[in-house]
Order: sequence, then C-alpha cells, then structure tokens
Amino acid sequence: MSGKDAAPPAVTVYVPRDSAARSVGADEVADALRRAAVQGDFRLDVVRNGSRGLLWLEPLVEVVTPHGRVGYGPVAPSDVEDLLASGMLDGAGHPLRLGVVDRIPWLARQNRVTFARVGVTDPLSPDDYVAHGGLAGLRAALERPPADVVAEVTASGLRGRGGAGFPAGVKWKTVLDCADGPKFVCCNADEGDSGTFADRMVMEGDPFLLIEGMTIAAHAVGASEGYLYIRSEYPDAVATMRAAIAAARERGWLGDGVLGSSLDFDLHVRVGGGAYICGEETSMLESLEGKRGTVRAKPPIPAVEGLFGRPTVVNNVLTLATVPYVLASGAQAYADLGVGRSRGTQVFQLGGNIARGGIVETAFGVTLRELVEDYGGGTLSGRPVRTAQVGGPLGAYLPPSMFDLPMDYEAFAEAGAMVGHGGVVVFDETVDMAAQARFAMEFCAAESCGKCTPCRVGSVRGVEVIDRIVAGRDRDENLALLEDLCDLMTDGSLCAMGGLTPMPVRSALTHFPDDFLDRGSDTGANALRTGGARGEGTA
Amino acid sequence: MTVGVDDGSVEGVVRRAAAAHRDQRGALLPVLHCVQAELGCVPQEAIAVLADEFNLSRADVHGVVTFYHDFRREPAGRTLVRICRAEACQALGAERLVACAREAGLAPGETRADGAVTVEQVFCLGNCALGPSVEAGGRLYGRVDPARLGALIDGRTSS
Repeated sequence: MSGKDAAPPAVTVYVPRDSAARSVGADEVADALRRAAVQGDFRLDVVRNGSRGLLWLEPLVEVVTPHGRVGYGPVAPSDVEDLLASGMLDGAGHPLRLGVVDRIPWLARQNRVTFARVGVTDPLSPDDYVAHGGLAGLRAALERPPADVVAEVTASGLRGRGGAGFPAGVKWKTVLDCADGPKFVCCNADEGDSGTFADRMVMEGDPFLLIEGMTIAAHAVGASEGYLYIRSEYPDAVATMRAAIAAARERGWLGDGVLGSSLDFDLHVRVGGGAYICGEETSMLESLEGKRGTVRAKPPIPAVEGLFGRPTVVNNVLTLATVPYVLASGAQAYADLGVGRSRGTQVFQLGGNIARGGIVETAFGVTLRELVEDYGGGTLSGRPVRTAQVGGPLGAYLPPSMFDLPMDYEAFAEAGAMVGHGGVVVFDETVDMAAQARFAMEFCAAESCGKCTPCRVGSVRGVEVIDRIVAGRDRDENLALLEDLCDLMTDGSLCAMGGLTPMPVRSALTHFPDDFLDRGSDTGANALRTGGARGEGTA
Repeated sequence: MTVGVDDGSVEGVVRRAAAAHRDQRGALLPVLHCVQAELGCVPQEAIAVLADEFNLSRADVHGVVTFYHDFRREPAGRTLVRICRAEACQALGAERLVACAREAGLAPGETRADGAVTVEQVFCLGNCALGPSVEAGGRLYGRVDPARLGALIDGRTSS
C-alpha cells in the first residue's frame, strides 16, 4: 500500500467483525478487499466495525463517501472484484448497493438508544468511543452523589432487560442502602435463550458501553469489584470484552481513581461452562463462586446477600448498557419513550424462519405484527407464518391472530405471554407444535439444575404425558394431568426455569390444539409437519 | 491415563493452573477451563489435585466438573463440530442437519473412529437470525445446509 506517489487518500471501508457477520463470510470479504488493494492502484483502510443488526444483509460492507456511509450487501468474497470495478469506493451503483445505510428504512424507522453506536464504530477503539459520545454518562454520574444516580435510574423507569423486567433503580437502591463493606456489580451475559443475540452484539460491537454502564452502577451502589459472566458459546464476545477491559484500564477508565475521581473499580470476565441454568441470577452467582450452578432460594435476594454473601447488583447486559444514556441524557428523555409502565426502548431480536432478521430497537408498544411482517418480511422459506415464540424458550407460542398485541410487559402478561428479553423466533406452517411443546419439557429436563422437584421431575413427566397425548392414549385424562402438572411447575418451582416451562407448553396446547390430536387417526393436518425435535434425545 | 503435555503431568498442569489463578475469588471454573485448554479434558486424576488445591472434598470437585456440559472427561476428536438444535435453528431445519450427521455415523456425542472429528449438539450459538448454525473448530458458521455440514465434518472449511 506504500510507495505510491501522489496516491489519493485512503478510502475507509467497514466490514463487520461481529460473529454473525463472520459466520457468513465477513473475514473472507475483508481479506479479499485487502488483497485487491495491494494489487490495485487505490488505497483503502479496512475497519472492522460491529454489525448494524441488519443481519440478512451480512456481510454488509460500508464505504465512507462525502454523502455518508454507503452500504453494499450481502457481499460474497467473489463479489469484491466486481464491486471495486463498478466504483464501490466512490459509492457507485451496483446490484448490491443499498444506499446510505443510515437512510435504509428498516434502520431509519428504529429508535436506537442502547444500540446507537453498535455497527457505527470500531468496537475496540477508545478514541472512536469517546468521539461518538462515550463516557458522557459516566462523567455525569461521577459528578453526582450515588443516591442521585440511583434516583435518576429509578426515574427513567428502566426495567431489567434480562426478561423479568424488575425496575433497575429499585434494585440499586437496595444495594446502596446496605452497610458498607465489599459490594459487587455482576453483569449477567449468559445469554442462553434461543432467539436472543443482542447481549452478544453489544459485547462484540460496543464493549466500552457495557464497561461504562457497570462502572456507573459501581459508583451508584458503592462497589469496587465487578464480574462479567459470559457464556462459553460466545468466544468472540469474551475476547472483545477482555481486550476492551485491558484498554479501559490503560486509559484510566477502570482501576484506582476512575477518570480522576475517587472511585476505585475493576472488572473481571468469567466464562460459563455451558449450563443454561446459569442465566438465572442466583445460579450465576453460585457459578461465579466456583460451585455447581444450582439455584438459590430467595429471600435473601442477591441485592442483600449476593456474591460471596455480599450485597450485589445483578443486571443483564442490555440493562447496564442503557444506563449511560439515562445518565447522559437524563431520566426524562428515556422515560418519554414507551407506553404505560414499559418505558424507554426495547431491543427486539428477530430470528428463526424470518426473511429479514436482526436487531430492531424501538419504543415499547410496537406490535408483534409490525416486527414479524413489516420489519421481518415474513418467513425465509416463503411459507405462511404459523407462530412466533416471544421471550425465549420459556416464552409463549403465539398464533398470527394475536400478532396485534402491543409489545409491553403488562399487555403480554395479560395475554398469558411475556415480552421477556424481546427475542422473537418465527416458524412457518411446517412446525409441529406438539413437538415444540415436548421440546420445551425435554429442554427443561436436560438443563434443570436439579435442586427443586417440580422442575427436575415435572419436566421428565411432562415429556411422557405429551407423548401419551399424541399417541392417543387416555387422551382426556392425560390432558387434565398435563394441566395439573403445568400448574404445579408454575407454582412450585424455585426459579423461572421450571416456573415458565409450562408457558410454551400451554400456549401450544391452547392455540394449536389440532397438533396434539392422535397421530394414528390423523393423516391430514400433520402430514406437512415433520420438523421439531420429536423423539430426539437432548441429554 | 497420563496425558503428557510438554513437561506437564496432569498434576503439574493442574497445580500450575491453580497457581496462576491464586489471587482470584472462586477460581475453580477458570482453573477447570485452563486445565481443559491444556489437556483437552479434565481427566479423573485431576480431581484429587484440584480438591487439594482448593481445600475441597473430591466429591465437591467432581460435582462441579460434572455439572457443566463444557468439561469433558476424555478429549474430543481433533475437530469439534457443534450443531445448534435450539428453537431458532429448529425453525430452519436444524434437525435435518442432525439427521445428516447421524447418516455419516456421527450422532450427537459420537467421535469418528479415526479421532478426527466429534459431533455434538449445542443449544444456541447466538446466531439466531442466520440459522441453522454450526460451530466447527471454534468458528461459527451460519446458513449451514447439509452439504456445508458434510464439508465441515470432513475438515474442509473453505466454502
């Protein structure tokens, strides 16, 4: 690239380093661009950004032009030569040209708060972070006493984004009010639910944001040590967070006297062991202590007796990553978004059999239909949508007749469903709902920590009962038994694993009863439905 | 079975890993990851050494090792192929991939006779908008069809 006299300035080209983009060839595209630049008479700087979250367009290559960042995608390595010949570096036309990325309607319609920087910046450049408004929240927080910071978070209406929706400020106040001595801030990044990937994308795409959020939490509650528990299935997120933490220490954003203040705070990454249950907060704390990830009975709540028995803030990645905005822009700016008691934005994640999957961050109140049909464009297979599961493996399966439900915590709860963390998984008409219900029980049986009986044994019995129903054996009695079992698991389980597994089961039964008819006498409706996990062992 | 890695007996590897994490709170999981990274598994002989290092009973250490799916008692094949079978990938035919692996004689959990490859199932790799997803040799692949899976199992990683 050197030695070219009077060469024009290098053109900046962004190619995402997000693992979703890499899974469909982003590394190979970046290599092809660099190789072409060595051979050609032009210069380019390849910057590896996070992903914009328009995942069906990955690898999405962006070229910096005087008119903005022009996107091309999805780009295969074999497209690179043709793109360059067509004048991609000037933002010229090509069948893969998407226009200025910020103006793509799918993105322009969103309201990106937590995801404002993801995909825009180089995730591991502290300078880029600050140039795009980073640290404003932490600086504002450090100028105020802890109680003020907690009050601001409470006033914003920010609720835990991990699924339960507990007000973050209330939790923080409990920890702040505990007597002095060691306190901890723990970030739950054990994003094990299928259909969710926003935590991963924040960690890979804007890691300093999470560090900033955790540091604000530390100041607010008086903690000096933080743990970030990342699942082992996310090696890129682990590597990115570790590199960002090292860079933050170097800049004085972590360590003794954060940003010249009196706050001492350091942060450690811990990697999970492939146990789904460790996404449950008390199980995660056990795991952080080096033990089996079994669930603890509550009370005492972690805010009072958490990690190593000390007062502990446990929040999800998105919750902590939203805190800097609240502090930088004020509680009111955040609370002005949303509906009812669901304030602010939610980061919806569209996945499964969907034509245009990815991240849709928008104010609460958007309907499921807008997400699945307008943003998502229906199924990838082109067949009609049969159901969407909202809120992860423990969320309800909803039929299209219910897609006009507004996405807010209370409206969903009333309908026997949950918004949870905002994951939406779409299935087409080939799905076998009895198999999905069976899978929910089977998954619970495999992943139960084993501490409480309703979850450990109930899930095994649930698989057996569903098998008998579908086989047409004592159908009415077994349907009644399944109802009874679901009641028991809901009311008697120690945590949400056993407590919510009945939700997908019951919703499948309620909305898709035909799928549970005797297979022997039913040759029509289920002929199509060969998918699902029926009969497959998970353990 | 004593797995030799450089100068290290199992005991040596475990004690070095424990020493490297001495200043960390609740360090058993990081140490287990470290041991597995070096030895490819957490062998039975490691249990007593870990118990000694952490001042725990062998039963306690055994309980932790066996609780987490990640820690294996024997090394996997040289390439580990993990097929995602969670809901989002189910919606796009993950079961078809599992069936293909099975046809190749590699049901989830099986290692090929020559030790080249182990196939496992996994529940969510965080690539839910670009499924079905497979992880092979530590790398994530999206939109995997049976042909691609066959290539990954055979160690042909280029597309």
